Amino acid sequence: MRPPGRLSASVDDRPATPTGSLAIELRKVSKWYGDFQVLREVDLEVHRGERIVVCGPSGSGKSTLIRCINRLEEHRSGTIWVEGEELTSDLRRIEKIRSEVGMVFQSFNLFPHLTVLDNLCLAPQWVRRLPRAEAERNALALLARVKISEQAMKYPGQLSGGQQQRAAIARALCMNPRIMLFDEPTSALDPEMVKEVLEVMSELAEQGMTMMVVTHEMGFARAVADRVVFMDEGEIVEDAPPEEFFSNPRSERTRQFLSQILDH
Amino acid sequence: MARGESDAAREARPGAWRERLASLVFDPRVRGIALQAVLVVAIVAFAYEIVSNVTDNLARQQIASGFGFLERTAGFDISQRLIAYSNTMTYGRAFLVGLTNTLLVAGLGIVLATFIGFAVGIARLSSNAVISSLAAIYIEVLRNIPPLLMLFAIYFAVLKGLPDPRNSVVLPFSSYINVRGLTVPKPLMAPGFDAFAIAVLIGLGLVAALAIWSRRHRLATGRTAPVVPLAVAILLGAPAAAYAVAGMPFTFEAPTLGRFNVTGGLTLLPELVALTTGLTLYTAAFIAENVRSGIEGVPKGQTEAAAALGLSRAQAMRLVIVPQALRIIVPPLTNQYLNLTKNSSLAVAIGYPDLVSVFSGTILNQTNQAIEVILITMAVYLVLSIATSLLMNWFNARMALVER
Ligand SMILES: Nc1ncnc2c1ncn2[C@@H]1O[C@H](COP(=O)(O)OP(=O)(O)O)[C@@H](O)[C@H]1O
Ligand SMILES: [Mg+2]
Repeated sequence: MRPPGRLSASVDDRPATPTGSLAIELRKVSKWYGDFQVLREVDLEVHRGERIVVCGPSGSGKSTLIRCINRLEEHRSGTIWVEGEELTSDLRRIEKIRSEVGMVFQSFNLFPHLTVLDNLCLAPQWVRRLPRAEAERNALALLARVKISEQAMKYPGQLSGGQQQRAAIARALCMNPRIMLFDEPTSALDPEMVKEVLEVMSELAEQGMTMMVVTHEMGFARAVADRVVFMDEGEIVEDAPPEEFFSNPRSERTRQFLSQILDH
Repeated sequence: MARGESDAAREARPGAWRERLASLVFDPRVRGIALQAVLVVAIVAFAYEIVSNVTDNLARQQIASGFGFLERTAGFDISQRLIAYSNTMTYGRAFLVGLTNTLLVAGLGIVLATFIGFAVGIARLSSNAVISSLAAIYIEVLRNIPPLLMLFAIYFAVLKGLPDPRNSVVLPFSSYINVRGLTVPKPLMAPGFDAFAIAVLIGLGLVAALAIWSRRHRLATGRTAPVVPLAVAILLGAPAAAYAVAGMPFTFEAPTLGRFNVTGGLTLLPELVALTTGLTLYTAAFIAENVRSGIEGVPKGQTEAAAALGLSRAQAMRLVIVPQALRIIVPPLTNQYLNLTKNSSLAVAIGYPDLVSVFSGTILNQTNQAIEVILITMAVYLVLSIATSLLMNWFNARMALVER
């Protein structure tokens, strides 16, 4: 299923609020760290149910980009809409948006002082105010889905990297997010554990989750992505379906990057 | 056993014996034990030498030794007594008065310094620049003032500026404030007191149970029950009911303003206020630093993961950051508690009757039994330190993370 194309021909005559089918929309988003511009007028649209893979050299702004979407980073100019809500500095709104956007980090970031089960129940109980029994039921179902049911009562320090990352995915899913963001979820893993995490992510994609994944796993991109976005120096250089992206990249920079990454 | 074999064994023995000895000498465990044994013998010999020397000296100077003096009459007054005491009681009793006074200051100081320290430490990390710089100034200024100087500042510059007793400030309920302290009516137990006390205890118990239940209920069902009005009703209702049934639980001894002094009533000494305030503010600055570095020691990813799940900053702090920071905060916190307790002996400088002031001061002067008095005092501080450490170690063990 291909998402529909651009909603209107010209960027400037579009309505101020985006139309219904967009999960994420970025318009001319820029961000600086001091004098250094990390994001340069980034435009991006992600439709509901779409799977976007973001790649690009280290330091190109991939993490910054997806962290702006749940406002772990604040952009300075341009506009971001998430599920139709504009991201402003209104704290209430940010917390609401964050509770509907799940995020998975490279370093897992599980809470080491809580069991896996409590890691999963924490936000549903305190943010969604779910009864403990219901939160536990959901959590156990999700742990089964990521195939680590037997680890529920253990602490994160007792799990392997792959198990921790699957627990982290389950923790994000516990909030019933409409969008999942992944920032290099397999980069900190030993090679033999990469597969088990990618499998979980592929299953999630099959179930229709809107996903934005920063990764260099090109096999995953080929198999799962609807679009591959290539970033370099804070700009989106290429944005194309995987077949086109891998076989016929338009920009020289993309070609260079692909030859580097596919060589080894 | 065959003959040939035993011959071979006999031949091998000297070499094997030497080898075994060598392996013992170079065994780190054996070496450790031997070293400790030598050390213990040396220390015991040294201690024996000192004790026999001192006993000889004392005997030559005809100074009494032993702990019999604790039974003798003290003959001096103490300005603050948490337990019944008069100058006809024994040195032993005076010792207990000093000890309870030290415990009072240390206890108050530890509780207050912990609250202020955590508040300032968290404020230090506030994203609000004004709040965080105020906290920084507090920490930097107070950590760098000698605690004795601060005591003098509070005691002589602030509290000694209060009017003398003749010009006491008269407050409502026949209370007076002057340079000798704040004097309020003293509650005395009346016949209804037992019923009243029991009612208050039952009320407190019910409210504690209600608080626990309400948290469980909140987590179990996701709904908040309206428990606050109920808690207030219990807290006010239980004593009121006891009053209605058993009558007035207290009579009050009102202080009277005489020509030179306020007599009667219950007096909060300016020395206690100065000492508690000084120790609290000083120690809180150190605790704030511990809290700040403890919180900063929790990886940034933890805050981000909590935020990404939609937890508010306050929730993230309470549920994720502080529980992890405590592992870093508690060990140095123990040191601060011990420091505060030991620093409470600065009491002597402003005349607060703590253990050192009463026991190692007045009583030592009167009895001349320096060895016994100093030993007892040191033992008391040692016991307090060990008790604090044990408690904090237990707490820290509970906080420890389960690792693989
Ligand atoms: N907090 C920060 N302060 C200053 N520079 C930063 C900060 N975070 C990231 N950067 C810089 O911004 C650039 C983009 O970073 P990032 O988004 O993490 O890149 P990527 O994820 O593509 O490797 C990098 O050059 C990085 O050094
Ligand atoms: Mg990155």
